Amino acid sequence: MTAAKQLLSGNEALALGAYHAGVRVATAYPGTPSTEVLEYIARFGDVYAEWSTNEKVAMEVALGAAYAGVRSLVSMKQVGLNVASDPFMAAATTGIDAGLVVVSADDPGIHSSQNEQDNRHYARLAKVPMLEPADSQEAYDFMAYAYELSERFDTPVLMRTTTRISHSKSAVRAERDRVITGGKTGFRYDVAKHVMLPVFARLRRPLIEERLVRLAEYAETSPLNQVWRGERSLGVVTSGVAYQYAREVFPKASFLRLGMTYPLPRDLLVRFAERVDRVIVIEELDPFLQESLQAMGIKVTGKEFIPRTGELNPDIIAAGGRAAGLPVEIPLPEKVSVASELPKRPPLLCPGCPHTGMFFVLSSLGQRARLPKSRPREPRLIITGDIGCYTLGAYPPLSAMDTCVCMGASIGQALGMDKAGIGQKVIAVIGDSTFLHSGITPLVNAVYNEGRIAIIILDNQTTAMTGHQAHPGTGISAQGKTTAAVELEPLVRGIGVKDVRVVGAFDIKELRAAVKHSLESPGLSVIIVRGQCSAGVVRRSVPRAIDIKKCNQCGVCLLIGCPAIQSDYNEVYINGALCAGDACGICQQVCPRQAVVPQSKSGAAG
Amino acid sequence: MLITGTGGQGIVLAGDILGEVAIAAGYDVKKTDTLGMAQRGGSVVSHVRIGSRVWSPLIGGGDVDLLLGFEKLEAARWGHYLRAGAIAIVNNQALLPLSVNLGNEKYPGDSEITGILRQHAGRVVFIDGTARLRELGNMRALNVFMLGCASVFLPFKVYLWHDIISRHISADTRQSNIVAFNRGRKEIRRVNFE
Repeated sequence: MTAAKQLLSGNEALALGAYHAGVRVATAYPGTPSTEVLEYIARFGDVYAEWSTNEKVAMEVALGAAYAGVRSLVSMKQVGLNVASDPFMAAATTGIDAGLVVVSADDPGIHSSQNEQDNRHYARLAKVPMLEPADSQEAYDFMAYAYELSERFDTPVLMRTTTRISHSKSAVRAERDRVITGGKTGFRYDVAKHVMLPVFARLRRPLIEERLVRLAEYAETSPLNQVWRGERSLGVVTSGVAYQYAREVFPKASFLRLGMTYPLPRDLLVRFAERVDRVIVIEELDPFLQESLQAMGIKVTGKEFIPRTGELNPDIIAAGGRAAGLPVEIPLPEKVSVASELPKRPPLLCPGCPHTGMFFVLSSLGQRARLPKSRPREPRLIITGDIGCYTLGAYPPLSAMDTCVCMGASIGQALGMDKAGIGQKVIAVIGDSTFLHSGITPLVNAVYNEGRIAIIILDNQTTAMTGHQAHPGTGISAQGKTTAAVELEPLVRGIGVKDVRVVGAFDIKELRAAVKHSLESPGLSVIIVRGQCSAGVVRRSVPRAIDIKKCNQCGVCLLIGCPAIQSDYNEVYINGALCAGDACGICQQVCPRQAVVPQSKSGAAG
Repeated sequence: MLITGTGGQGIVLAGDILGEVAIAAGYDVKKTDTLGMAQRGGSVVSHVRIGSRVWSPLIGGGDVDLLLGFEKLEAARWGHYLRAGAIAIVNNQALLPLSVNLGNEKYPGDSEITGILRQHAGRVVFIDGTARLRELGNMRALNVFMLGCASVFLPFKVYLWHDIISRHISADTRQSNIVAFNRGRKEIRRVNFE
């Protein structure tokens, strides 16, 4: 079959590749830049695809399916693998009964993460093979290899991408058809393989080392690793998207492109190095390949002139190459740097966002919000935060989030401050999807250890930041079916929280009362703030406008940080095309002069 | 080619359509978007590289032949990426960032924006896309309107554009999007090049 070329993102190509490789169970928790892998695979009717509560669970479900003889896929962002590392390490020990591929999408440059980490180290840590596609065609093709390797070597396979591979689109010819391998679904009883009591784990341990030796042998002749003979003067060892950049910067050089970056083919690398005058490694983030080559005794440079932090691009590699005296083929751009002087445009909470009201309340009670020309006041309240759209509440003008480290951390951190004797009731703010992901266990912990903290669960009934994925609270599955919904209020009460309040997200008076109550009450309290996410919801409603006869330009409405409220030459106005109207009304409630009115009645220009 | 603007303007889809048109026309394409977290409001830029063989998905500085700016400030932000003699087509619309609303920063004036772009661009064309779309009664079609403007400078047949746009737009708004695309083509021919 000769398929037409399609323009696919790396994530789409991974999903299609896995589908054609016969995947029947796919799991994930949403996380940029990995989210679309599961979204695309969920569209196929003959695959079971789920949003799992978190990456650890996703890994366990996929492993269970693999134990049952079904090819499975689990996908996550780089920090997701931290969450899933426990079952991941276990899977590396037990091996599998049908192919298991773990997609880890790293985020060099920290486009949408809390840190920058190089997950290639996980392959070495777990002693499992790792593949790194360099474009969408390879993302598609490598999936077939990954499942074959997984089954041939009895191991999970790490498919490592980066933002620039997952989210770039390039041409793909999908040559394969869907093929389901293996026989019937069924569990093979094998205690020594599946039950990791120390006595059995000890038996597995040498098998892992043997597996690595055999994998390294495979890598020597694997078509995943390719050599291009160019000029003898320069040999480039590279992988992933760095390969694309390096081909552009050093078009005449010889190349060893590694599609399989763990374990490495020692003989192939040594032979390549012998046939060129100088070897360099071009890789994003850590000197993972470089240090391995050096350990093999190959004389090589790379990180001496290529940055260890951030995302690479051809300009950065060219600059590094020039500094190292290499023959760079792309011209030095005449840069006119103006970008830094222009006003920045950071992402904001959307117009009509159900988080805005609560953050405005926290911002004013916490003395964060201030009018343009007023002096800053001493901040009050300590607000531990979490990961989601609502982390944007940390930006001015709201400035109402004081910590954000990883999924679910807000509650544990608040308890830690409480137990440290901070002397005030700390507020933890967490979203619904994040709470279900990893907020439940710290809440159990806080109840058990009698924490005196105030927890606010912002329930917008979706996983908003990654693009509106369903979660266990929504009652909708990843494949759009109606399913059982986990209700937050009985869940929280069931854990043992006595003081639980549910408040509407757009009622400022009620929100303020609930926070004040929480701060004054003696024990642990939970406020569930409920309001639907505004993005993607089209509502017919009357936008708000400012009645210029009543407005005295005090600027209070600007403090809610709504993108629809704009100010030009000292006149504040509401952009009617952006305003969420009746669904929100926050600005109407905060205006001290009742100058915000429905657009039709004001006569003011929208 | 760079397509720049703010979240919610349809930049990502515009890049996809352009990329698919180029693939259908037999070219190699790589396309990548840079956008921050969250849904709306932030800066968005789509890099689309078209050629016989494309390696890097990211465009290097000074390598852009055509800049399609959906918003003035976001066009200026990428001015230094233009190749000498490049074309910049800019929608004549200002969306004020929050820092400007709060009075902490100043939105650049038209002459400043033109100045930044003119450092490299051979031609800078301001186009009243938002106003034309208001006339058409389809404010959400800015992306295809701007693609219509760009299409005049690109070697792809009009039927390919219509085809790919139709594939991406749901049936109820398909025709109005084709109209917006065609209006973009007409509009760019009408305005005088500065």
